[in-house]
Parts: sequence; C-alpha cells; structure tokens
Amino acid sequence: MKILVSVKRAIDYNVRIQVAPDGSGVVKNGVKHSMNPFDEIAVEQAIRWKEDGTASEVVAVAIGDDAVAEQLRTALAFGCDRAIHVKTDDEIQPLTAARVFKALAERESPDLFLMGKQAIDDDANQTGQMTAAKLNWPQATFASKIELADGTAEVTREIDTGLETLSVDLPAVVTVDLRLNEPRYLKLPNIMKAKKKPIEALVFDELEVAAATPIETVTTKAPPKRAGGIMVETVDELVAKLKEKSLI
Amino acid sequence: MSHKILVIADHHDGQLLDATGRAVTCAADIGGDIDVLVLAHDGQAIADAAATLAGVSGVHLIDNAANEHPMAAVLAPQIVAFADNGGYSHVLGPNTTFGKDLMPRVAALADVAMVTDVMAVHGPYEFDRPIYAGNAITTVRAPEAQTLVASVRCASYGAAEKTGSASVAAATVEAELPSHTRFVGLEQAESDRPDLQTAPKVISGGRGVGSEENFRIVYDFADKIGAAVGASRAAVDAGYVPNDMQVGQTGKIISPELYMCFGISGAIQHLAGIKDAGTIVAINKDPEAPIFELADIGLVGDLFEIIPALDAAVS
Repeated sequence: MKILVSVKRAIDYNVRIQVAPDGSGVVKNGVKHSMNPFDEIAVEQAIRWKEDGTASEVVAVAIGDDAVAEQLRTALAFGCDRAIHVKTDDEIQPLTAARVFKALAERESPDLFLMGKQAIDDDANQTGQMTAAKLNWPQATFASKIELADGTAEVTREIDTGLETLSVDLPAVVTVDLRLNEPRYLKLPNIMKAKKKPIEALVFDELEVAAATPIETVTTKAPPKRAGGIMVETVDELVAKLKEKSLI
Repeated sequence: MSHKILVIADHHDGQLLDATGRAVTCAADIGGDIDVLVLAHDGQAIADAAATLAGVSGVHLIDNAANEHPMAAVLAPQIVAFADNGGYSHVLGPNTTFGKDLMPRVAALADVAMVTDVMAVHGPYEFDRPIYAGNAITTVRAPEAQTLVASVRCASYGAAEKTGSASVAAATVEAELPSHTRFVGLEQAESDRPDLQTAPKVISGGRGVGSEENFRIVYDFADKIGAAVGASRAAVDAGYVPNDMQVGQTGKIISPELYMCFGISGAIQHLAGIKDAGTIVAINKDPEAPIFELADIGLVGDLFEIIPALDAAVS
C-alpha cells in the first residue's frame, strides 16, 4: 500500500501568538515554526504502517516557500521514503491546496491520503474534505482509529454525538484527530539519515493547477479581552457571588 | 441585490439540533430570504421543527434512505444540486462536527472557497472568524461573484426563536450518490444530562479530578444544579471520560451562562473553547494555573473539599 501524507508549516503550538498592531496579521518573523501537530499525527500513523509492513511507500507532500523544506525533512526523519515540495511564495488557501493535492494524487496514485484534520494557523478544517471532493474519493474526517483491510478502511471518527465508524473504499482521504496516536521523538541518527533522502521540488506554476479566487483578509486583530476577574477565599463567598448573579 | 440563503439542518435521532437555529440567526444577520434544507430519512418531524424557527421562509426536505446517517460524500452532491437549482447566494451550515465534515465538501464540489467559523457578519460577504485557536480574529471578504459557503461558529449566536411557521415542502434533486462510503455504527455515551453544547450551565473536570471513578463527584454536583458536564483534553486523553465531553478548540466550543471548572489548569486550546461563556468560575489547587487569568471568579483549593462544600451550600 502506498500512502501520501500532507505536511504544513505553521507557527509552533507553544508560541504565544502576537497580533501586529497595524492589523496586518499575526507576527511570524523570528517566530518558531514547526510541522502542524495534526499532520505530525498523520505522518506517525503512516510510518507505523510502514514499520509493520502494511505500507510499502510513504510520501510526504507540502506546498509553500523554501522554508517548508524544513518540515519535509522532519517528515523524512520520521521515516517517510521521499518528499514532494510544491514551491510557491504565495499564500495557499484550502481550495487551491486541494487542487494541488488532487494533481499530486493523480500523479502518485496512492491508496490512502492522510492529512491532519486542520492546521493550527488558519484553523480552516477544509483541505482534506476539499481534496476528497475534488478526487471524488471517500472522506473520513477526525479519525481516532483506522483499520486497513483489503481495498477498504474502517475509520472511527470523533464526532459531537460520540464515536462513529465508517467503512470507506480505497483510495480515500482520511483526516486525523488528536487521539489517533502519540508521535514519537525523533532520534539523531534518523534526522541525519533524512538529510540524504530525496525531496522533489515542483514549481507551482508548472503543475497546471489554477489558483482559486482567494478570500481576502481585510484586517487581523487581537480578540477582545475579558474583564478582569476576582479571587474569592471561601466556598460561601463563591456561592454568594453566584447567587448575586442568579446563576445558582 | 437580495440574498437567498440556504441553511443546512443538523439533526440527530430524529431531532433538529439547536445548532441549526444558531446558523439561522447568523443567516438573519446576513439578510435575505432564509430557507432550511433537511436531508434525512423519515425527516418530516425534523422539517416541521425547522419550520418553527423565526426568520425562515421555507423548509425543504430531501427524504431518502441514503440520508439516514449523515455522510458528507452522500449529502454534498444533493446540497450542491439543490442550491444550484434554487439560485441560492449563500449556503450555511453549523460548525458542529456535522458541518465541519460536510461544508468543505460542498464548497469544493461547487468549486468555491469557504469561510470557516463565521463569528460576526459585517456584510453579505464580509465576516469575522477566529484563527490560531481564537488568539486572533481576522476579518475576511469572500468573492461576491460566487456562492458563499460558510460554517457558522455556533457559540457566537443564540438560536432563532421558535415562533415561526414556515412552509415545508418535499424536494428531490438529480444527484449521483456514491456507494464508496458506508455507515458502520455509532457508539454513544448514554446520558440524561443536558446537552453540553446548549446547556446554560456547564461543570467541567480536568486532570485534577484524577480518575474515571472520581468524576462521579463532578457528575453528582452537575446533576444537583442541572448542569451539563464537560472535560478538558487531558481528562479525555487519560480515559476519565468519553471524547464527546471534550471542551476546547478541538472539542466543543461552548457559550453557557455559567462555566465552572474543577482541576483544569487552562491550556490555550481549552480556553479557546470557553471564551464566550457568561461567567467562568475556576477551582484549582495551583494558584498559578493559567485558568485564573481568564476566570471571572477564582477559588484556590482542593476540588474534593470544595465540591462537597458547594453541594451543601446550594442544598
């Protein structure tokens, strides 16, 4: 089985986000970036299947500027066999990303396309579903368990009402949620080995994929702050405050 | 130009979910004719419930055995065909897991961009939405020349009043429904408590609760004051409670009047799920816990002493 797994470079989840005072966006310069944590879970899953013999080849794919190569190296250090970097300096929105991923899927013919359920920068939660739609493939989003069988996958999804299980024909797009696995810590020898693995660079303009009409960002601001709270010393004081507000 | 807005109904077990009414409220902010589309099997009662939502002009019901369990790959082609026939300018769904799964597939089939998590409307094509787990709010403008597909951040909107009396009509569409996706089962936690996403009061427990057994004390107190029960990601990961109780950026984003949390330190992603709560009360034994920065009322102490005391005080 061949697996494609997408990787996005995003501001590291431990960074406290700063919004530029002029409304132009979130401060990114000099800020630590990493692989989107949901994508890391997707990569980890693909590699576990490689290690147990289920997957024969795992290919990491990413779209973005030169800096994205860093995250593809990380994916290779996890154990991906090779990587494809679609290069562009433009901001890529989900619909365009889906068109690119469709082109890559048609070129690579994977059995499974794994993605994080969302990226923690734009929180769009769209690219996996859109890629599946563009390919006319099944989709199973928010996966907390994936069982692969011959030509199908049984996917347990974390949804509002509980745990739903779907059976999908392969090839399919599956987007992964937090509880699917816990990604490993990378060891130095693997990081060194990854430096020798191939990253194929493709120029966006040469892919013959049209960029979608974008959604424009007008301005970005910090969220409104909640008014300062108070500390109480005793349960009686707490209950009195809640009764004052008619909350209990 | 007048707008024609289609709201996709979210329903479960034959009941219309409150999230649908919230999406209708957002649609009213956009302005125009509002229709609701119900895709279901034996969905008459759901459609009738949608017809009572104030501001809705018409409810359309596509009743089909294939729609018994909501699967995006099956529903999306029907929605695109219906919206196309009806000349809708906007197609909205709630940002429940149903809408999150479905709406991007609808947008991509229609080959249009999508706006996720609309939290405020500035104009028919201009919206606020949260990014970076709500640590920044961005105002976006979508292209006017194409159908606007969006999901509505339910915590930002109250549900439409149930004072309407819209017409209900059966609808059919020409759409090829795939057989590549099959429903296998749904494992649901049984609960008689109020629904976490709509309850006016929510009591939450975190890692500090310590075990599945210890969560009993949280449930009991919640039952006493008629509250729903939530949990932090840490408590879900530790197996104390099922996943559908998770509150936070990747779980449920809620806006109760009262949110009381016990033994939750306040990770950024948890805080993103409760920012819209009316009053946040935090009880934690660590006075340095980040939750106290956001809380309206904080109390430092051991939850195993405080909950029984609270219980006694409200009796």
